[in-house]
Amino acid sequence: MNDFSWMVPLPVVLPLVGAGINLAAVGRTRVQRLVSMSILTAVLAISVALLFAADQLGPQVVQVGGWAPAEGVVLIVDRLSALMVIVSTVVTMGVLRYSIGQGRSSFDNESDGHAPLPVFHPTMLVLSAGVSTTFISGDLFHMYVGFEMLLAASFVLLTLGGTEARVRAGVTYVFVSLLSSMMFLIAIAMIYAATGTVNLAILATRLDMIPDDTSVVLHVLLILGFCVKAAVFPMSGWLPDSYPTAPAPVTAVFAGLLTKVGVYALIRTQTLLFPDGTLNAVLMWAALLTMIVGILGAVTQDDIKRMLSFTLVSHIGYLLFGIALGSAAGVSAAIFYVLHHITIQTTLFLVTGLVERVGGTTASSHLGGLAKVSPLLGILFFVPAMNLAGIPPFSGFLGKVGLLQAGVEDGTWLALVLVIGSVVTSLLTLYAVARVWGRAFWGSAPQAEDGMTYTPARTGNGRAMGAGVVLPTVSLVAFGLGLTLVAGPLFDITDRAALDLLLREPYLLAVLGEGPR
Amino acid sequence: MSPNIALVLVAATLIGTGVYLLLARSIVRALVGFLLMGNGINILFMVSSGPAGEVPILGHGDGDRMADPIPQALVLTAIVITLAMVAFVLSLAHRAWQLGRDDLLEDDEESVRIHRRAEENDLSDESRDDADVIAAEFAEEDE
Repeated sequence: MNDFSWMVPLPVVLPLVGAGINLAAVGRTRVQRLVSMSILTAVLAISVALLFAADQLGPQVVQVGGWAPAEGVVLIVDRLSALMVIVSTVVTMGVLRYSIGQGRSSFDNESDGHAPLPVFHPTMLVLSAGVSTTFISGDLFHMYVGFEMLLAASFVLLTLGGTEARVRAGVTYVFVSLLSSMMFLIAIAMIYAATGTVNLAILATRLDMIPDDTSVVLHVLLILGFCVKAAVFPMSGWLPDSYPTAPAPVTAVFAGLLTKVGVYALIRTQTLLFPDGTLNAVLMWAALLTMIVGILGAVTQDDIKRMLSFTLVSHIGYLLFGIALGSAAGVSAAIFYVLHHITIQTTLFLVTGLVERVGGTTASSHLGGLAKVSPLLGILFFVPAMNLAGIPPFSGFLGKVGLLQAGVEDGTWLALVLVIGSVVTSLLTLYAVARVWGRAFWGSAPQAEDGMTYTPARTGNGRAMGAGVVLPTVSLVAFGLGLTLVAGPLFDITDRAALDLLLREPYLLAVLGEGPR
Repeated sequence: MSPNIALVLVAATLIGTGVYLLLARSIVRALVGFLLMGNGINILFMVSSGPAGEVPILGHGDGDRMADPIPQALVLTAIVITLAMVAFVLSLAHRAWQLGRDDLLEDDEESVRIHRRAEENDLSDESRDDADVIAAEFAEEDE
């Protein structure tokens, strides 16, 4: 049943090896591109095989270095981990292809095209390795190490070029991230003091044995650390402040992956370590406030990137809602929604990158008539935007229906309040994207006499809408549509994943084996 | 296991001071806060490993109680990570000083703008002029 376990470490090992090769090949852009793309393609193939194995044969486990779970690190891939690795690899590939299409000189307009591009590829691969580490780790401290890997990489990417605006945004982001890591680390130290282990499976069996009030303290500490990462209100203020200044591909990959790593950690700990759901009511309120406050922020924004950052915060509320319901239907819908949301947010930020290339700015008050200037750009924005707002038949609609059904099944008044909140948020999302659509894509293009003209961004590979940047965006839009097409089978898998997560037994059996615990 | 109260107090002081400094706008002050917090947490791990004991190598001691080696391994990892993060933040602070001769963190311009509009109770759309033009065109067509 463990035949595929040799593949488990590869989603981490391959990108790290690739990052090393890329660092050695600094200055040889073509080698870097080839290495990055082939490594990510291999990781994608491996993670698809792992999903098949985890679905058909059960969780795949590796005990690193042959150490027993009590002493060493355990890597484990179940359905949830495999799904997360697949989607994160797909969006990372899309973003890398987009940045390749941008060409070397046009990568970064802020510093006259002289940004230190050579570190871009290795850093992206380290980021991908860090994200995968978090997803496949079966050990709390190892998860922390994965967080730090991806954080270190994200620090570099966010401050690429070192301009004044980016340093300012970077400082906020760096300190908030460091603080959340510190909180996570305090939680780990406390958990070790209380239980004598950091292995997730052993923890799951031992946390039942410690007094309830101690366990609540540990629970709160862990949740706080993860909620800062996932940008849950009231710990969400850092996100819209720091994301929009980075280059489009960087913001896109951040929006897709970084907060979802926090959400993944929440799903894992809520189901495996604290299955009684003592804090679910608190999480419900946090979910409601995240949705509402986030989307009200989005409605007031002028800059498209900032508007999208606020919708990103807002939709984390949906994920938290599903997790806090604690039922199989809720967790299943939350997993489906994570997969949808990673794809859609990344796509929208890439499209905004195209808007910046065509219009020279992302401030919607300075744009207009883009749909006439470039109908293709209009379609590319319209489809994922409607998907985000949850218009049928897109996957956003299906994910939301899943969440609403799970909420109504739950039946408590708090769940029903959340259901109403979700619908209101969905409508306000539609309003926010429609507002941007009306301002930037409809109307007439700014005229010279208004003092506002389009100043198309410098283009490395020819036109602003060159094939190199349009094709990756199109393929991500298509991937988002594909989620709708395969929604049936995908929901089957997430249902099984959620059921296994709530049963806990398959996970514990895979790590600890039979016998007394 | 009863925790070592002296170590707990040291850890609490370090983390508390660290949080206070982390709230500063100066990058270097916040960095010092981060360092203090990191050290406090490392001591917290020492608390969690229980009382000191023999060297945790088989056949090396008199067979008394061994010290728990795992928290020490965790602390080593945490120290290395903290070092790397400090290096990055220092270079960031240096860059901020290079650019502005200052390491104080400024407010986000876009936030400030929206905040100001909120205080002035300004609910207008920024592209109001465009909207006026369009409305005028419609009015002309109607006539």
